[in-house]
Amino acid sequence: MCFEWSFDPLMALPAIAFYVLAVVTVASALAVVSARNPVHSVLFLILSFFSAAGLFVLLGAEFLAMLLVVVYVGAVAVLFLFVVMMLDVDFTALRQGFARYMPLGGLVAGVLAIEMIVVSASVATNGAAGKNDAPFVATDVTNAESIGRVLYTDYVYFFQAAGLVLLVAMIGAIVLTLRHKPGVRRQVIADQVARNPRTGMRVVSIKPGEGIGEPSFAEATEGRLTANQSGGSVLRSSEGA
Amino acid sequence: MTIGLHHYLAVAAILFTIGVFGIFVNRKNVIVILMSIELILLAVNINLVAFSVYLHNVVGQVFAMFVLTVAAAEAAVGLAILVTFFRNRGDIAVDDASMMKG
Repeated sequence: MCFEWSFDPLMALPAIAFYVLAVVTVASALAVVSARNPVHSVLFLILSFFSAAGLFVLLGAEFLAMLLVVVYVGAVAVLFLFVVMMLDVDFTALRQGFARYMPLGGLVAGVLAIEMIVVSASVATNGAAGKNDAPFVATDVTNAESIGRVLYTDYVYFFQAAGLVLLVAMIGAIVLTLRHKPGVRRQVIADQVARNPRTGMRVVSIKPGEGIGEPSFAEATEGRLTANQSGGSVLRSSEGA
Repeated sequence: MTIGLHHYLAVAAILFTIGVFGIFVNRKNVIVILMSIELILLAVNINLVAFSVYLHNVVGQVFAMFVLTVAAAEAAVGLAILVTFFRNRGDIAVDDASMMKG
């Protein structure tokens, strides 16, 4: 079957996939920064990252594409969603400066985009990568294996440093959000084991006609200390009060 | 009809620009600012992977992985700071967050 015109659907398929993924990535990124509802922003961020993972697959970097889906869609975006839904914030008040900064931001963004596209086009045609036409796809090893061969040999210290960065971030996030509530009485196993009849019991004498009230926490602690120091003498709660 | 390196670089440039634009226009909403930073880092990652593939050198993908790590750590710490800020202030407007001014 021969086509008169030089359009081969199988050859055009990567180009079609690229344009679809690129348009979806850019459009959803625009929706991230301009959506009214931050929950919608997070969902568009997920879509943008997912389309970028598709671009990575087109480039032949499958391992990084899967990493992007797992790390961003699975962890970071869900973390954003969690925080957005947890914070009870009036988000309409936070959008007040949107129209005010729109012209300046658009101007700066337009100039930046034109400059970067011109520079990247010249780099892509005249740079070191310009002479390589087709994307390099290794046939003997998989993408993950080729990354691992470099990552665990030449860049093993960087790999360890990345783990350290994650550890520090984890500890930092825990320390920042941990709250110590005063007045919470937790179970202390050591105190319970160290209890004996001398410290765990006190004898009070009730004055006639007054009844017995709930002893306060400080009073009870003080009484226990006194019992320890004085060698188990009989305590009277009415003396302390 | 073939897709070359400059196509990917153009997409990355546009994504980077959108991230900068998002920081400009959402100056009060720190959550959207954090998401814009994620977009900028994604643009950097696309650049690294595209150059890695077209230069036939896999080191670019290793560095993209490190960028991914740092971006995840940054998002975790940034959101933790945001939660602490919200607990102390009851609001997340960052344009008047000058409590730590000396």
